[in-house]
Amino acid sequence: MEHSSAIRLENVTKTFGSVVANKDICLDIRYGEILSLLGENGSGKTTLMNMLSGIYFPDAGKIYAKDKEVSIRSPKDAYDLNIGMIHQHFKLVDIFTATENVVLGRSAKKKESLKAAAARIREICDQYGFDVDPDQKVYNMSVSQKQTLEIVKVLYHGAEILILDEPTAVLTLQETEKLFKVLRNMREAGKAVVIITHKLNEVLEISDRVSILRRGEYIGTVETKDATELSLTEMMVGKKVSLDIARPQVEKKKPLLEIRDLSIKNDEGHIAIDNVNFYIRGGEILGVAGIAGCGQKELCEAIAGLRKIEGGKMIHQGEDISTMTPKQILAKGISMSFIPEDRLGMGLAPSLSITDNMILKTYSEGKSFFVDRKRGRQEAEKIINDLGVVTPSTETPVRRLSGGNVQKVLLGREIKSGPNVIITAYPVRGLDINSSYLIYDILNEQKKKDVGILFIGEDLDVMLSLCDKIMVLCHGKVMGIVNAENTSKEELGLMMTGAINLTESRATEDKKPGIAKDSYIEEGTK
Amino acid sequence: MNIDSLIQWIQSAIIFGTVIMYGCCGEILTEKSGNLNLGIPGTMYLGGIASLAGAFFYENACTQAGIEPNAILCILIAFVCAFGAGALGGLIFSFLTTTLRANQNVTGLTLTIFGAGIANFFGGSLNKLAGGVGQISISSTSEAFRTTVPFLDKMGSFGKLFFSYGFLAYLAVIIAILMAIFLKRSRAGLNLRAVGENPATADAAGINVTKYKYLSTCIGCGIAGLGGLYYVVDFTKGTWANDGTIETLGWLAVALVIFTTWKPLNAIWGSYLFGMLYWMYLYTGLFGFTLTRSFQPIFKMLPYLATMFVLILTSIRKKKENQPPANLGLPYFREER
Repeated sequence: MEHSSAIRLENVTKTFGSVVANKDICLDIRYGEILSLLGENGSGKTTLMNMLSGIYFPDAGKIYAKDKEVSIRSPKDAYDLNIGMIHQHFKLVDIFTATENVVLGRSAKKKESLKAAAARIREICDQYGFDVDPDQKVYNMSVSQKQTLEIVKVLYHGAEILILDEPTAVLTLQETEKLFKVLRNMREAGKAVVIITHKLNEVLEISDRVSILRRGEYIGTVETKDATELSLTEMMVGKKVSLDIARPQVEKKKPLLEIRDLSIKNDEGHIAIDNVNFYIRGGEILGVAGIAGCGQKELCEAIAGLRKIEGGKMIHQGEDISTMTPKQILAKGISMSFIPEDRLGMGLAPSLSITDNMILKTYSEGKSFFVDRKRGRQEAEKIINDLGVVTPSTETPVRRLSGGNVQKVLLGREIKSGPNVIITAYPVRGLDINSSYLIYDILNEQKKKDVGILFIGEDLDVMLSLCDKIMVLCHGKVMGIVNAENTSKEELGLMMTGAINLTESRATEDKKPGIAKDSYIEEGTK
Repeated sequence: MNIDSLIQWIQSAIIFGTVIMYGCCGEILTEKSGNLNLGIPGTMYLGGIASLAGAFFYENACTQAGIEPNAILCILIAFVCAFGAGALGGLIFSFLTTTLRANQNVTGLTLTIFGAGIANFFGGSLNKLAGGVGQISISSTSEAFRTTVPFLDKMGSFGKLFFSYGFLAYLAVIIAILMAIFLKRSRAGLNLRAVGENPATADAAGINVTKYKYLSTCIGCGIAGLGGLYYVVDFTKGTWANDGTIETLGWLAVALVIFTTWKPLNAIWGSYLFGMLYWMYLYTGLFGFTLTRSFQPIFKMLPYLATMFVLILTSIRKKKENQPPANLGLPYFREER
């Protein structure tokens, strides 16, 4: 049966500054169908859907609703077109009740008393089998209840086109099943459903068609029945020519940093890292692959001493660092550089000059009452020369530098202190190809100096050619640690989505994954 | 125990409280939109000087024309001037913080300094026009505002306590009650609270965040301007002195917002309580001791102590409903990422 078109996008483009988030996207959303929007993180899925819900306005391209050209300038326009979006970060007011949240705004359509609204909410809940108490305050709700409320909200306002942005990211398996049942009910009711996700198994389970984005570009749309996890991974990750990144061979050293049975909770109190084992030797780059939010940030923070661990050991050259302060850990030679999405959030003080940022971690060593800037300035000049940082002077606030230069300054500072372990997360995030290669060179330079490097990355191509070993995380669990030369992108992709777990299948009596044979821990050192 | 001085104490507390109740109610409305306007003292200054100037020129014109000033016109002119000047202050604040996304704390403090400067400059000029320092008087207007309900105020202590004030004292209570109903019951009130709590959510729900921020700030400042009006026509009985008392009262109004935990109904008894506490140093005789002059200022800080006490209490109890609007003081920009 051919379904009629609900929303059609034609060559839609959106840029943020110099970053192209969406380029010439074409998409067809139909009634009575579930469409999956698949892509890696940063491939522009959310940006695209935000244009449909009126949060962003496209720079170019056309949007058709029921084959009529429309312009969605604000969330209100989206409502008038019966588009309802369930955002990844819930749009709910914590101190309001469920009913209050539902009736908020959009007064143009209906005016009901809160009582009548509550009654209608109960009606919707009965119809679809939701479990929402209209009088409950949102701050008392569980994550899954909040999400249900979001769905009730868009249904209450008569949405015909539902867009769900990574709805399963925060749900348990059972809750996901429940959600999928609801979505199928909606499809039967003739609504158009778009689900944004990067979990392949879910895509295959729920959707009728899959549209794939990669780095902001539209790759294509396939019927789900013709697709397999492998074919989708290929489209999602792309078959780009393997980048030629040098991987110098360095003689293996004893393990520098060993992580044993580590468990960490995230800010919300859920388990972010679950019983993780791995080790880094000197002269080795260990890559960490995984979908964003799989515990990478928590792992970095725990090793740097910024986050409390729930259980397990962190051993650095035989010494337990899990109870040390960040400063003590730094003194041990473990340096951490994390590049968050906004690129300035961690590690550098944006309004301070390059010089001041250089001495941020070391100024307290000075004996004098006054801060010794001379040394900092020399170091700043050295980094500017060595790494080719483009800046007017050493006194320029870091915030005014371009992204690549900021990252060079951050990495440069971490390296100058002569660490023996470098934890670096997304060091090339948002960088152009040349700057990226400079960063890889810097890391390889350090590797040759017998430094152990933990490289948390996004691009599998890069990790395959740069790293010696790659550890794959999925929902805080290690899916396997593989030798970069003996694996493929497909295998890594399947591990990232949890489709295969090598930790279980490859574990043998004498060699457990993630535990070094010549570990310090076995020798009984504490 | 002296019943007369107790009544006197309560009366002065109510007059004092009315000034800050206007400021407090206006600021609650503003803060519910997420705008932290520390310019309330300046706004009250603006309202005060504008009403004084309006009434002064009207009364002057009448005197020159040889006619008696009309009481209703006196009230109308002063009222409109105070509300308008206050709202204008709010407009400046909204434009800077909402449209240009300037820092709210800095903008608010600047507005306070600006308001005080303007008011004291023109206060001095008006005094000069009237013939010298302390000469300005808008007696007709002040009298019109202070007209009490006939007969009722003659009902002994009861009448003195409840019916000895001009209509502005009752209007403040009515505004507080109406605002409570508006915020709690009306759809617009719900939307306004959503803007202050989570503007991104409100925006996604189709609420015009900018409109709500502008309107609530301008109307809130207009109401605060009425506090300045009441100060001029009743508190100082139609005169002007560059002594900075309005500013003291303005800051107390801002403190009162915290004391009320952003609930207008609490502002009614809270403002009178602040009045009682503020004037306590004059009435310690009721408790059997008198203060020397040098000890009086210590008692003047009682309202601030009460505010700190409430802050500590609400922080310990952590009840979500008693917290400030979640987005208070933060700018909102839709396409930020």
